[in-house]
Amino acid sequence: MCTYATVKTTLEGSAKGPDSAWFHVTDGTVYFDHPVHAMADHTLNIDFTDPSKGPGARVAVELTAASARELMTAIEAALNSAPAEMTV
Amino acid sequence: MSAPASPTARMIESGPMSESLSAETIRIAGNDGDEIEAYIARPTGDDSRGGVVVIHHMPGYDRGTKEITRRFAELGYDAICPNLYWRQAPGAAPDDAAAAARAQGGIPDEQLVGDVGGAAQWLRSQTSSNQKVGVIGYCSGGRQSVLAACNLGLDAAVDCYGAFVTGTPPEGFPLKVTNLVDQLPNLSCPLLGLFGNEDSHPSPEQVDELDKILTDLGKPHEFHRYDDAGHAFFSVDRPAYRVAAANDGWERITAFYTTNLGG
Repeated sequence: MCTYATVKTTLEGSAKGPDSAWFHVTDGTVYFDHPVHAMADHTLNIDFTDPSKGPGARVAVELTAASARELMTAIEAALNSAPAEMTV
Repeated sequence: MSAPASPTARMIESGPMSESLSAETIRIAGNDGDEIEAYIARPTGDDSRGGVVVIHHMPGYDRGTKEITRRFAELGYDAICPNLYWRQAPGAAPDDAAAAARAQGGIPDEQLVGDVGGAAQWLRSQTSSNQKVGVIGYCSGGRQSVLAACNLGLDAAVDCYGAFVTGTPPEGFPLKVTNLVDQLPNLSCPLLGLFGNEDSHPSPEQVDELDKILTDLGKPHEFHRYDDAGHAFFSVDRPAYRVAAANDGWERITAFYTTNLGG
């Protein structure tokens, strides 16, 4: 099914996108739905975007549910491994 | 005893199928007269024929949907697929446009109806038109196909596994999707429904509910349901593809449109 569910968040950072160019990331969209490319019926999809630069300013990731959970764990581990004052 | 006809000869003799067609991108008037992009595919020649509006799925106005649009031209219909995300992302790649539309909350039902209505009007304005227009949609487009048929005067509608025609969307859906139960009394044309029995949205129970509602309303409909098939079984480039269900489904669609859009 199309889940229709969409979670949006603001972000501050950069991503390497179309034409191997870096761009400023301002927004993130997260949803569990049909992928465009991944070989799975549904995936956890993340769009890192800057809407002010148009729809093409986007880095898209499609992960299986298990991989998405592993990524969450890895992100948390990486953040926790750094000195706390650096990750405020 | 004459020699058996070649496969090509049989194809030409068996129906309105044409081996020559053209396809291009055009602009049409959509909802509220807004100019939007559309992909059209048409058989060559000016023989009188019906038209089909193809509603793309949530992942967008993509290659797969355009292949489907060309298939309807090959079956003998003028076919058009409006780009439902044109307003949010004109000229963008289909996947980027889909992401942008999603981030902006999706497509309102009123806009969808207006865009499909504009596409139907374009079809009827062609000199080849017999003034009959059908609609078809897959996945989210399945629901939108029923939605269009409840709000526009059409001649045939096909719902391929659209969720939330019946049933209730879970709370907290950011995209404001409602079921169409209260609109079904306005269904303007026969409905062909194609569903996978392993699908959970729509579930077999929700398909049963839709079947019962349409029967109670006296609305002509024809449902086919496939074992060993779940959601998106027509999608040839996805793991959900099920060749037996898809092949039978295409045969059902072909027969349904011949009955309702021919002449």
